[in-house]
Amino acid sequence: MSIFRFFTRTPSAPAARERLQVLLAHERTNGDESDLVTALRDEIMAVIAKHMQIDREKVSVKMERGAQVSTLAVDIEIPFDGKKRAA
Amino acid sequence: MGKVLVVTSGKGGVGKTTSSAALGAALAQGGAKVVVVDFDVGLRNLDLVMGAERRVVYDLVNVIKGEAKLTQALIRDKRLENLYLLPASQTRDKDNLTEEGVETVITALKKAFDWVICDSPAGIERGATLAMRHADVAIVVTNPEVSSVRDSDRIIGLLDSKTLKAEAGAEMEKHLLLTRYDPARADRGDMLKVDDVLEILSIPLLGIIPESMDVLRASNLGAPVTLADGQSAPAKAYFDAARRLNGETVSVSVPGEKRGFFGKLFGRKAA
Repeated sequence: MSIFRFFTRTPSAPAARERLQVLLAHERTNGDESDLVTALRDEIMAVIAKHMQIDREKVSVKMERGAQVSTLAVDIEIPFDGKKRAA
Repeated sequence: MGKVLVVTSGKGGVGKTTSSAALGAALAQGGAKVVVVDFDVGLRNLDLVMGAERRVVYDLVNVIKGEAKLTQALIRDKRLENLYLLPASQTRDKDNLTEEGVETVITALKKAFDWVICDSPAGIERGATLAMRHADVAIVVTNPEVSSVRDSDRIIGLLDSKTLKAEAGAEMEKHLLLTRYDPARADRGDMLKVDDVLEILSIPLLGIIPESMDVLRASNLGAPVTLADGQSAPAKAYFDAARRLNGETVSVSVPGEKRGFFGKLFGRKAA
């Protein structure tokens, strides 16, 4: 079984190479993105909190970095009575 | 005036100390007067790898603090009379390294030696930035492995921005030393190939050090691999790298392997 796997598994080096190329392209131009994501989260939250009550704990911010484009996904859970503005 | 060479990597455990000792001994065997300086304050190991651990009296921090003279802290190698070691402190922390202190020591060493090799600690903090600060030439030690390559890329960025040479607007001379390379695994596609790493980091290649038992054996014995067994594959690779540092053109090969099998590697030009 293990010998069979040894001969059939796909090489891993190309994956390492590709992942490094994408990652380093970002790191070289943008530096550390965690500061940016934190700033974006805080500002977006401030805007939304003006209009509805939200739970700051129930927010997820995701950054997916791709070779051509990156996506920023902000997922905010809105409570059932969220439309009533907080006092 | 001697040349200041920093051996750095970002990531730990990739072979900075082994390479500093091996290249130091190789350059010294070529006739140059060499000093290897351990910048890993608090976690010194160069003394052990070079087999001088029982002869350490004073260290770099003592010299910087004025508690000892530079000549008192330098340890002459027992096998090579033109190879010296300046150990790091084991008991104090890296905050004892001051920018002015390091500058004074390096300036004095440059006057007395042909090569001043600065063995950098891992990481990107004070010890590492001070080790590279005065460098004329840098060797980036990298393993063919994702985390090492990423950290090397980061270190290359620092070499191009935080060194005196870079701040003066000059180009820092950088060389890649690929260590722990296993040609059989690279050939099977389970290890990044030399070309992959070169393409990603895009700095010239100084040498390929094959994964070898001889490296561990040499450190067990307390001798740089270029002194412990000069005929071993890693020693030959370090000797070639030392010749390239001296400006000689030497074709790059993976030592100890058959030619036909690695035909691709032989056409490469080393910088």
